[in-house]
Amino acid sequence: MAVIGESKVSFANLKKGMRARVNRVTSHSDETVRLQEMGLTEGTEFTVVKVAPFGDPIEIELRGYRLCLRKRETDCFEIEVVA
Amino acid sequence: MKSKSSLREVGGDSPPPHKPPDHKPLVALVGNPNAGKTTLFNALTGSHQKVGNYPGVTVEKVTGSLKLDGMTVDCTDVPGLYSLQAVSEDEHVALQVIEGKLEGTRRPDLLVCVLDATNLERNLYFYHQLVDAGYPVLVALTMVDRLRGTGGEVDLPRLQNLIGADVVPIVGHREKGIEELRDAIERNLENPKIPTIDSPTADATEVKLAALREDFARIGMSPTQSEIREMLLNPDEASMAALEAYPELGESLREARDQLKRSPVASNQVATRYQWATVVQRATIRSAESTKKSRTDRIDAILTHRVFGLIVFVGTMYLVFLSIYRFAQPFMDAIQHGFDFVQQHIRPLLSGVPVLQSLIVDGIIGGVGAMLVFLPQILILFFFIAVLEGSGYLARAAFLMDRLLGWCGLNGRAFIPLLSSFACAIPGIMAARVMPDRNSRLATILVSPLMSCSARLPVYLLLISAFIEPRYGAAWAGFSLFAMHLLGLIVAVPIVWFLNRKVIKGKRLPFLLELPPYQWPKWKDVGLAMYFRAKVFVNVAGTMIVVMSVVIWALSYFPRLSPEAKAQAERTYLASHVGAKPEEVENQVDQAQLAHSALGTFGKAIEPVFRPAGFDWRITTSILSAFPARENVVPTLGIIFSLEKGDAEELKGSTSLRKSLQTATWPDGRPLFTLWTSIGLMVFFALCAQCMATLATVRRETGTWKWPVFMFSYMTGLAYIGAVLVYQIGQLVSRG
Repeated sequence: MAVIGESKVSFANLKKGMRARVNRVTSHSDETVRLQEMGLTEGTEFTVVKVAPFGDPIEIELRGYRLCLRKRETDCFEIEVVA
Repeated sequence: MKSKSSLREVGGDSPPPHKPPDHKPLVALVGNPNAGKTTLFNALTGSHQKVGNYPGVTVEKVTGSLKLDGMTVDCTDVPGLYSLQAVSEDEHVALQVIEGKLEGTRRPDLLVCVLDATNLERNLYFYHQLVDAGYPVLVALTMVDRLRGTGGEVDLPRLQNLIGADVVPIVGHREKGIEELRDAIERNLENPKIPTIDSPTADATEVKLAALREDFARIGMSPTQSEIREMLLNPDEASMAALEAYPELGESLREARDQLKRSPVASNQVATRYQWATVVQRATIRSAESTKKSRTDRIDAILTHRVFGLIVFVGTMYLVFLSIYRFAQPFMDAIQHGFDFVQQHIRPLLSGVPVLQSLIVDGIIGGVGAMLVFLPQILILFFFIAVLEGSGYLARAAFLMDRLLGWCGLNGRAFIPLLSSFACAIPGIMAARVMPDRNSRLATILVSPLMSCSARLPVYLLLISAFIEPRYGAAWAGFSLFAMHLLGLIVAVPIVWFLNRKVIKGKRLPFLLELPPYQWPKWKDVGLAMYFRAKVFVNVAGTMIVVMSVVIWALSYFPRLSPEAKAQAERTYLASHVGAKPEEVENQVDQAQLAHSALGTFGKAIEPVFRPAGFDWRITTSILSAFPARENVVPTLGIIFSLEKGDAEELKGSTSLRKSLQTATWPDGRPLFTLWTSIGLMVFFALCAQCMATLATVRRETGTWKWPVFMFSYMTGLAYIGAVLVYQIGQLVSRG
């Protein structure tokens, strides 16, 4: 269970309604760079809007828009729960 | 990053736009997916569109002509892009279209960049990349009405000022702004504007690269910045060895490489561009932060709910499936009957020339009928896809289903193509275009025909009613039918897994999906989608289907029996069947003719290959004749076994055909069809690719013959192995 202020949680710990911030991106693979290009750059905050019935993908709100991504494709993002 | 786009962003040495004098100006529509590009393209060009494929790739090429006040220009709808740093094959193609580097394309004279006003920040990231690359750009700002609907507003003069390009606001449904956009396009074609923006994209690394370039110049080499970057990130031995003669250069290269590794350029550029985008967005968009849930959120609370969402999903898919499977039937029957009617009336007219009669009536008219019969299913399915996509539900379906399909390498969007394929693989394969990336599209196309389509049904019904129902009862008959439908689905899973790892090459993108706000579908877009799908099918796949029909017709028609052989066949039959009716004798001659034809000869030649599955030449010839369409196996079995004529529908319930199959024997008197032979034959038909319309459609959708040939080979291989396994294991079981 993710705790507010706890660092280095992963997307897998996120629940609906949580707010989190990207602290560090640890890879520069094409996939990771593309997620950054979608707006998930270091320091960006986002909110979890919904989680699909089978647990993945999730929809997050960031930079004034919403994006669905797979939790299991975000291993290289170190995030922190802020609310 | 070593993608082509980054090379040119850094190099900044792109060739100047050239305009061959004999060409009309070319305008290209670019932008993020879901920014409203297709609707805008439809509004600009209407039905003056051409849909084709870029050579050799699965990416669809959509072009049209655009009437301006003083001139008509060509217009291209470039596939949606999130970034100019192309990763996937589709993105590389889109990028090459923008650069005019693809075979058969030229460099656009103007890019109309579509920006979504409700999602400006991320859309501006892409715009920033266009500016970095130095293209002449005009901006169409879409979804302004939606922004205003939520109480937001956009400061247009300020936006225009900050992004350095003309901005034309488009108000969605009523197409307000289209005239202004036309005028702006005309103005910008006369006076192209290459925007400049105030953004610090040149970072320390860029400065370092420029310095290195000067170092290289001192030793008489003149690489571009992008080449230096490539050399730093992927040093090859040859160039490193060559540089050893210049130790001081090697030192600065090493230094630069460390710096690059510590602060990778790609991430830096992303962050810098977003900084600019955030500033512009905040300065130009005033959005009303409402705490009230939007209409879309309220609908989504039900439609993506873990219980109700799944119920609605299953219901929707059931409706789609039922429509293709059942509602298309009357239209298909009507087309079939229409062609039967034409055939009946033309046949007597040509009775003087039997070859011509058979070529025109059976080969050509039959082939055209066999192609057009797919149209109702294609139109119905694309009606649903356009409605589901236009309303925003398709994205929700992908969201719901992604976990179930994602683990074996497909994604949530594969659901519709696969489901449709249970009715017919042809609309299913065409529906695979809902998948945004080439790899999952290709994987979906390649396994779609494994889903048990309705054309397999007559084959199953005939064999089950002849060999399973009489001996084991209705319950087992029903179970067998169900098992046959399940078989393809189960086999598809490991196949997809394997294809994704071993066969389909190319870089993968992360799964990205946006759930757009719900809205009523735009009926113009729905109509155009149906019209162009049907047109593409008839023009391209249809032509191939007719040609292949004629080829198969010729193989079963030639060589002809000599008159003596014909008379011999009649005499033999009459000797053993005293008082036979004239039709029976005629059918006997047909049977002898089929055995004598190229198809029959080939069927006999491959009999030894199919011996391990327990098939004799009559079965193999029936399989061969089913190449145009699976259900053709039933009429051929009719001719070969029971001397009965009719189509698959009439014969699947025929008692005499069932009897003749039950009593058919090998030359030594053993029964030909055991329980295991018939199950083996059903398994063969469940897995084989005996459907030229499918192969022609795959050719059309993938742009190359490589994939239909691959599909035919792997499916035929599977079918053969399946049939042999069933027969051999069956032999063991019944012996032991």
